[in-house]
Amino acid sequence: MKRGKGMKFVGDSRIPATNRKPNIPKDYSEFPGKTEYFYPDFLLKEWLVGAVFLVGFLCLTIVGEPPLEREADPTDSSYIPMPDWYFLFLYQLLKYSYASGDYNLIGVLVIPGLAVTALMLAPFIDRGPKRRPKDRPIATGFMLLAVAAIFYLTWEAVVTHDWETAKQQGLISEAATEDIEIDTTHPGYAVYQAQSCIGCHGTNLEGSGSNPPLIGTEKSKEEIMDIAVNGIGSMPAGLFTGSEEELEQLAEFISSIEK
Amino acid sequence: MLNKLYDWIDERVDITPLWRDLADHEVPEHVNPAHHFSAFVYCFGGLTFFVVVIQVLSGMFLAMYYVPDIERAWDSIYHLQYNVAYGKIVRGMHHWGASVAIVMMFLHTLRVFFQGAYKKPRELNWIVGVMIFLTMLALGLTGYLLPWDMKALFATNVTLNIIESVPLIGEPLRTLLAGDSVITGAQTLTRFFAIHVFFLPALLFLLIGIHFFLIRRQGISGPL
Repeated sequence: MKRGKGMKFVGDSRIPATNRKPNIPKDYSEFPGKTEYFYPDFLLKEWLVGAVFLVGFLCLTIVGEPPLEREADPTDSSYIPMPDWYFLFLYQLLKYSYASGDYNLIGVLVIPGLAVTALMLAPFIDRGPKRRPKDRPIATGFMLLAVAAIFYLTWEAVVTHDWETAKQQGLISEAATEDIEIDTTHPGYAVYQAQSCIGCHGTNLEGSGSNPPLIGTEKSKEEIMDIAVNGIGSMPAGLFTGSEEELEQLAEFISSIEK
Repeated sequence: MLNKLYDWIDERVDITPLWRDLADHEVPEHVNPAHHFSAFVYCFGGLTFFVVVIQVLSGMFLAMYYVPDIERAWDSIYHLQYNVAYGKIVRGMHHWGASVAIVMMFLHTLRVFFQGAYKKPRELNWIVGVMIFLTMLALGLTGYLLPWDMKALFATNVTLNIIESVPLIGEPLRTLLAGDSVITGAQTLTRFFAIHVFFLPALLFLLIGIHFFLIRRQGISGPL
């Protein structure tokens, strides 16, 4: 096999290289200690590490379904936003009184800006020849402090967030996706419209935010009548002001809608 | 057969020196986990690159279904996730890959920092590395809006408000990113899509190229 023996061009002014470094790889005996070739010896090991990592990663994707909330609705002003977890520490920083409001600039620009600049310029600040962490206490100290701050702020953001409400407010309502036909000619629907139900539970009974959808409630007629009059959870009592007959029509209508 | 093909190309293009530059280098003992288990810390950088490759590939497949339009974006993601075979897996890989890339990159940064591996002559590569870190964060930020669900819209709104509150450059920058000085809407989605899919990956590839070139040029830092 004659690899890398140089090129021979036909009718070309270029002269084939003759004084190049010989393209013969070094012998293993010339390596110091347990040094080995990248290709193919070390690459094979890297490949194995990669394969194990990929298996773990795929398990993660199978176990954790990627979240998808309901379609964006810019008019819903009650939604409490939450960034991705790796921005939580910045988000939490902006909640403190000296990093928000009048001091907004400190939280938005000064602190993150200083941190990024310091990180970028670390090799020029920490100039000594020593490399062990304990031989350069200032660099090590500041980095540990920064890491601790990031962990603490992320933790604070996680524990102060109302995850249950956050989950409720993002749920994809069944009616929007399953195209359930709502019989709007049903007399119960007229009651649903006339009474204030429609305001919170939506035109298609799809619910909104923390107000649950009324599709497939699996509640009996009597239970629904009770809820309409006496309320449940955050729904106050006395919202229903119609007649007994209307109440029955309403309950019949809602209990008739199945998923 | 393959050797013949190689020789045929090599005779004309002289690829052997290129191959030497890419793959023909030795790996010292102190970074080899086969000899010192604690050397696994040297895997973080490579694994970050591996996750980036996963992100690029899964992103390409997502782009087969995704529609960057406020009317259709959410529906296309919903369709991909619940109707398309393995759509959930592909989207899951891209979603979780973003988090894993950040974690791996964080660990790689800490490894380089605490080993003082950024010291002379490797200052430039450290700066490029920090720029890669910021680019990846920007990719995470812009990718968050694309599903066009509640979380996406409102988190992006907050981000844009934060950008807007920066004096002098804040308002023009917001308009540049969002396409409007007030509304987070159709323009914002298409701009974030373009930034996420074209601008930032191009920047990322350039930076990673420099990062790897410098590693090959300078070699890996010695043992502590």
